Amino acid sequence: MKRSEHARGLLHRAAGIAVLLGGVLLAAKLCYGAPPDPGQIPSIFKPQSTPANSIFHLSLLVLAITGLIFALVFSLLVYVIVKFRKRDIDDASEPPQVYGSNQIELAWTVIPILIVLVLFLATARVIRSIQDAPKPSGAIEVIAIGHQFWWEFRYPALGVVTANELHVPVGDASNPTPTFLTLLSADTDHSFWVPRLAGKTDLIPNRVNHTWIDPLQTGLYLGQCAQYCGTQHAKMLLRVYADSPEQFNQWVQEQKNPANNNDAVADGRRIFETTACVNCHAVSGTIADGHFGPDLTHLMSRETIASGAALNTRENLRAWLQNPDSIKPGSLMPAMQLNEKDLDALTAYLLTLR
Amino acid sequence: MSSEALTPSPSASEWVLPSRGRVGMFSLIAAESAIFTIFVAAYIFYLGKSVSGLSPKDVLELPIFTTICLLSSSLTIHLAVRGLRQAKVGAFGLWWFITMALGTIFLVGTGREWHHLIYNKGLTVSTNLFGTTYYSLIGLHAFHVTVGLLLIALALIFTLLGKVKPEHSERAEVFSLYWHFVDVVWVVVFTVVYIIGR
Amino acid sequence: MSSQAITLTTVRQDARPVSERIHDWVVTVDHKKLGILYIVYGLVFLMLGGIEATIMRIQLIVPHNHFVSPQVFNRMFTMHGTTMIFFVVMPLLFGFGTYLIPLMIGARDMAFPRLNAFSFWMTAFGGVLLYFSFIGGYGLYGAGNAPDVGWFAYAPLTARAFSPGHSTDFWTLALLISGIGSIGTAVNFITTILSMRCPGMTLGKMPLLAWLNLIMGGMVILALSPLTAAQIMLSIDRYLGGHFFDTQAGGSAVLWMHFFWIFGHPEVYILVVPAFAFVSEIIPVFSRKPIFGYPIMVAATVCIGFISFSVWAHHMFTVGMNSYGNTFFTVTSMIIAVPTGIKIFNWLGTMWGGKIQFKAPMLFCVGFVFQFLIAGLTGIMLATSPFDWQLGNSYFVVAHFHYVIVGAILFTIFGAFYYWFPKMSGRMYNEALGKWHFWLFFVGFHLTFDFMHIPGMLGMPRRIYTYEPGRGWEIWNLIVTIGVIFQIFGVLAFVINLLWSFWKGKAAGNDPWDAWTLEWSTTSPPPDYDFAVTPAVRSRRPLWDRKHPEDPDWKYE
Repeated sequence: MKRSEHARGLLHRAAGIAVLLGGVLLAAKLCYGAPPDPGQIPSIFKPQSTPANSIFHLSLLVLAITGLIFALVFSLLVYVIVKFRKRDIDDASEPPQVYGSNQIELAWTVIPILIVLVLFLATARVIRSIQDAPKPSGAIEVIAIGHQFWWEFRYPALGVVTANELHVPVGDASNPTPTFLTLLSADTDHSFWVPRLAGKTDLIPNRVNHTWIDPLQTGLYLGQCAQYCGTQHAKMLLRVYADSPEQFNQWVQEQKNPANNNDAVADGRRIFETTACVNCHAVSGTIADGHFGPDLTHLMSRETIASGAALNTRENLRAWLQNPDSIKPGSLMPAMQLNEKDLDALTAYLLTLR
Repeated sequence: MSSEALTPSPSASEWVLPSRGRVGMFSLIAAESAIFTIFVAAYIFYLGKSVSGLSPKDVLELPIFTTICLLSSSLTIHLAVRGLRQAKVGAFGLWWFITMALGTIFLVGTGREWHHLIYNKGLTVSTNLFGTTYYSLIGLHAFHVTVGLLLIALALIFTLLGKVKPEHSERAEVFSLYWHFVDVVWVVVFTVVYIIGR
Repeated sequence: MSSQAITLTTVRQDARPVSERIHDWVVTVDHKKLGILYIVYGLVFLMLGGIEATIMRIQLIVPHNHFVSPQVFNRMFTMHGTTMIFFVVMPLLFGFGTYLIPLMIGARDMAFPRLNAFSFWMTAFGGVLLYFSFIGGYGLYGAGNAPDVGWFAYAPLTARAFSPGHSTDFWTLALLISGIGSIGTAVNFITTILSMRCPGMTLGKMPLLAWLNLIMGGMVILALSPLTAAQIMLSIDRYLGGHFFDTQAGGSAVLWMHFFWIFGHPEVYILVVPAFAFVSEIIPVFSRKPIFGYPIMVAATVCIGFISFSVWAHHMFTVGMNSYGNTFFTVTSMIIAVPTGIKIFNWLGTMWGGKIQFKAPMLFCVGFVFQFLIAGLTGIMLATSPFDWQLGNSYFVVAHFHYVIVGAILFTIFGAFYYWFPKMSGRMYNEALGKWHFWLFFVGFHLTFDFMHIPGMLGMPRRIYTYEPGRGWEIWNLIVTIGVIFQIFGVLAFVINLLWSFWKGKAAGNDPWDAWTLEWSTTSPPPDYDFAVTPAVRSRRPLWDRKHPEDPDWKYE
């Protein structure tokens, strides 16, 4: 095939690929008309907390260096395959047989070593600044315990116990109030990952780990468990609410109250306390003091149930009670085989646990 | 393409390469060393970390006699191989048999120690971390001794049937490398378990 | 150049009855037949692993999909990973090595032919045992009992308490058995290469494929054993009541991670080093130049072999090691990039100034260089431990390692297939179909694995059977799944090519590529005894010396 034909063939092929790719992307776009709310995208490139910020800045350096290396070597590769391709007009002679060059080898050994040195020094600084950060006196202390498949959060100094939805205050430079989390696990390995707030740290049984976050802006930050922990690893979601200091204090006050006791739902409360619910769940101010499942004292103060698997509505709550597997197949809560009337009563009771 | 020898080197000196048996056995020994290293690492890591139950100094006594037997079996197997190389098949058979006897004494001794630990002291593999790591490490070594003894027994049977000849000395030597390895491992295990760990 | 001197006997083997021919293959100790058995085995399991991947990608094409249940999905990713690493890539690489090493060093067979056969059948049995798990055994959850603990089976998820039934045991035993097979093969490789080279072939004169397989063999010896040890410990925990990884009794989940990754990281270098070997044989031949910097290539790979044993905890950056530990493993993981980069430059240097022919083997090798470059760079990102605290355990990592295993390793394996298929079968493959394979697979690969990096950076963890809408992950997952379609068609073209060419391809002759290493001096396929007369060599390219007696290599080396 002549060179011009060959080139044309290549061009056709490239055009074909471009059209194909374009079609695929267009189809994809059409399937997903509405763009997601950028506030809800847990992107590591949109940090809103000091550790995430440090990582972000380091990542820019790394991306710049690797980007440069890629551009250089890729251009070299393209140049080589274009310039040194066998031409049809070539004879059958062999090109000059070059065996190597010590100087060139030295150059492309020394330069990468220098690059590695630069990268390593920048990295070591960030490792220290995040892992060895001192805890200021105003820090909020939280103990996070990973379970299959939900999160337990305890604030020992504040006397608060909750699940799955973490509330923390937003601090400022004059009064820093970062949240320092102690990470434990009740069963298998888990990992606490809220990308916009910090890198992930694992929760490992029989081991104490630590991490810290200091959200710079109020809002909701999404994350989820990032270490495979069993069947419902995918739905062990995280919601971190960064509140203003006033909102946070109000939340703490509400959480410290014992459970509402409303006579209208006494029926449901009786069902709760006499079926096996109390073996796993706790409701402060009642006899329920189980620790295998989430604390339900202020269940209705949460926006989701089942660790983010469903919105906290009456219908979802009832469906969850009737058959947890319908929302989260493989979750460790059994279906309690209640009849319709009991289900309604129980749901009504739970709805009062604000 | 013709198959005649391609241009030979002008200074055609003797082309000597390491023996296959030796290279193969050293590779196997390297692999086995890696396995033992991991078990030793686990043992050392878990020293003092048992949450409950017996600890090494409560129950372990230095197995001096069996250790001497096992380590001297390295000497006897060396003598056996040397005998075979010098075409003294009778001497080979004798020292080979003594090696097997010494190795068997070691195994019996280990068995007795385990019997004592399990039935008199109540230490089993599921008692605590010490029990798990102890029985695993000693057991892994004892397993390797057992395999070695089975092979020695096989060779002994061949000797008694008159099938072993001086030209087999290379193979006997390769096998003895394995046996020496088993002994070296015992030195390490002995030091870690009975000296450092107690 | 005629081949009358060592022509095959005139008895055509095809004339024998089928049962005899099958028996021949089952009891063979001939390295060529065993090599082909390994390769065919790997190809079959490649199809199985590909089906598992396709199932996963269909489930993930939209959020909250219901194509498979979470239990089935979790088994899919476990089986996919385990299959691809242990029963596809390792057998394929061992297969090519077993076939080629004796031929390339002028030997008649491997050092221990019966061990060779034993190792193959152990590996084969391991794979069958693993897949038997789908139907065998019993357990509490669902039909079938394939393991669902992930291919690295972290403790304590693998404890009896969290994985009842036998699924984990199938994983443990299958890998234990095939691990013994792998160690056997490694012993064979090392011994063959050190003890059976033909006269004149000093270590400095043997083909890079032999060198790199020697290094790989050494790594297998040292790396597979920790996995074997850890699996024995796990079995003691599960069956004898041991406490190695029992966190309630003071055991450490992190200890399993250390032991596993002391195996696991060298393992991925074990997979990539033979891929380097293929590239180092193919690129020179199709550029018509010797490999650039042979001694440095050897030294760099030896360095990689050693350093790979010091980087393992970069898989554990998030477990809470202190800053010194994290810093140490960052350094080692970055340093290993230096010898690796050197090799890339040397391949480019080989192509520089050459006369490159873009036949199928070369296309795949050029794809390798491009993709391995990218994989190495994303590797540097992951080596930076704070960056890894974000990227680790996410789809970014999944994209990175598929870039290495598919984009680099599998591409070179395809290249090796096309390059040595004429030698093994005596027939030429169809070049046009080969190019279709390349381009279809290339497009599919990039659609899938380029865009897979993005959900990782947007917070999508790995090993999840579904994901939430509204996090910006949907479109990327859709594109990733679409890429699979192209890859399937590419592989289809490949399989059709192999089958068709095996029966209908035109005769290849001894040396269709005008290459320079000893295997091309035999017939295609080689006779049972490989070489009628043991060759003697004087340089790294004995056939170049033969074809260019006025300008032989040994004057310049």
